[in-house]
Amino acid sequence: MTFVQENHQDDIVRMKGLTKAFGAHLVLKGVDLTVRRGEASFIIGPSGSGKSTLLRCVNSLETYNDGELWVEDYLVGAEKRGDAWYEARPRVTAARRARIGMVFQRFNLFPNMTALDNVTSGLRMVLGQGRREAEDRGRELLDRVGLLDRAGAYPAQLSGGQQQRVAIARAIAARPSLILFDEPTSALDPELVGEVLAVMRDLVREGMTMMVVTHEIQFAEEVGDTVHFIDGGRVAESGTPADVIRASRNARTSEFLARIR
Amino acid sequence: MKTANTGLRIHRRLAPRLANAALAALALIVVLGMAEIVIGSGRIRWNIIVEYLFAPAVLNGVAMTLMLTLVSLLGSMMLGTILAAMRISRNRVLETIASAYVWFFRGTPVLVQVVFWFNLGLFLPQVTIGSLSLPINSLVTPTTAALLGLLLNVSAFMCEVIRGGLIAVDNGQTEAALSIGMTPTRALLRIVLPQAVRVIVPAAGNLAIDLLKATSLVYVIGTREILGTTQSIASQTFYVIEMLIVASLWYLFLVSIASFGQSRLETYLARGLSTAGRELPRANLG
Repeated sequence: MTFVQENHQDDIVRMKGLTKAFGAHLVLKGVDLTVRRGEASFIIGPSGSGKSTLLRCVNSLETYNDGELWVEDYLVGAEKRGDAWYEARPRVTAARRARIGMVFQRFNLFPNMTALDNVTSGLRMVLGQGRREAEDRGRELLDRVGLLDRAGAYPAQLSGGQQQRVAIARAIAARPSLILFDEPTSALDPELVGEVLAVMRDLVREGMTMMVVTHEIQFAEEVGDTVHFIDGGRVAESGTPADVIRASRNARTSEFLARIR
Repeated sequence: MKTANTGLRIHRRLAPRLANAALAALALIVVLGMAEIVIGSGRIRWNIIVEYLFAPAVLNGVAMTLMLTLVSLLGSMMLGTILAAMRISRNRVLETIASAYVWFFRGTPVLVQVVFWFNLGLFLPQVTIGSLSLPINSLVTPTTAALLGLLLNVSAFMCEVIRGGLIAVDNGQTEAALSIGMTPTRALLRIVLPQAVRVIVPAAGNLAIDLLKATSLVYVIGTREILGTTQSIASQTFYVIEMLIVASLWYLFLVSIASFGQSRLETYLARGLSTAGRELPRANLG
């Protein structure tokens, strides 16, 4: 058995020269970035620097224009036949997305479903589990995010913080190998941020692999294994939180951190 | 009712309540006056209306009206969904074809379309399927022409109603559905469409009620629905006004049932979307 990238088995995401343009506007100008299995990887940087776009490329919510983006053993947006890569068929992309959880800034819970039905939606509608089996797992997940008593509530009856906790439970329901967080606390009232960060902290402790785009610098410093500072569509600096946040030698990073503190 | 918590009492104002009562009385006088003009004329033979309301011929007409409405409605839901999907697709050719369809069938009167289908044999006398050749006039009966005309016309409106509903669902819903591993088609059918239905139902309900009444137009090509049968009875018996009232009573009855069904459906679909309860009376108002 031969792997294409034998020497990268610990890597779950690898980007090489990743480039993305919207029309004439270049958002990502050749990003090189690696996420290892079990790592909490934080992506910080100014607004409009391409952080969210970068994250959305990983599960094909955006396409990229050039470079390479590998997740596990596949090239994102492509599938292998023989020795050559072809454009991925929709159901191949769908099956890959099922292995990657995603948490959105605006929660994006399904408003016509209860909290429990939201959490079990992927198990029932994608993995084809029976309602009984899915709901057992769903209750276990709601319990983990502290919302078992709100299982029957609709999203409109939940606070923003509660909705985001349900969204996290939905994202981890199918035991994904990676979770993407796209500014998970940016739409929350300040007093509700803590409860969402607490759930995320638990996931880090369990060794869940995650990529987090956030403005919560203190949280990144506290729980992150790696921090990538993105500026102007490029990775300006990568390293441990100690290197990038506490003792940055990069002028742009220092300037950004000084501005948001 | 809850009693007031404190001794403070807010006094009722009488003036707005008196004004409301006066306005209601005035409106009642106008309505009763108009009813007196119609009923009091003594020219309407009510016993004839009662006699014909459930006559077998009229009931057959009611069945025909229901059949035309339901088949056109179900057909237009299917055709309208396909057209709406074409209109929001990124395939320019499909989008243009669907837009042209809506432009044509929404832009010409339904009566013109019905008469057109009825006269299809004039420029397309024969259809040939394989070795089988059939004269159009044996296929296009008054019923099929009526169905074709109504279905194709209402599909154009249904397309726009469904498209409006699909657009009203936030794009984040599609992204969330994709992120849990649904294919784009499944995300549309399982996540977006059920939410779009909430927006679609009120508009589609109005469309269904319009359609129910628009079926009366096809009596001009000899289709025996409610208006067709009552008009034919009227031409033999000269009970013109009475037969129009019979027809109107049936239309009112059918529309009332449809409206009731629509409002029940809307209540059901609104579950989970509103947290507002019914307002209680003010305990300290006396």
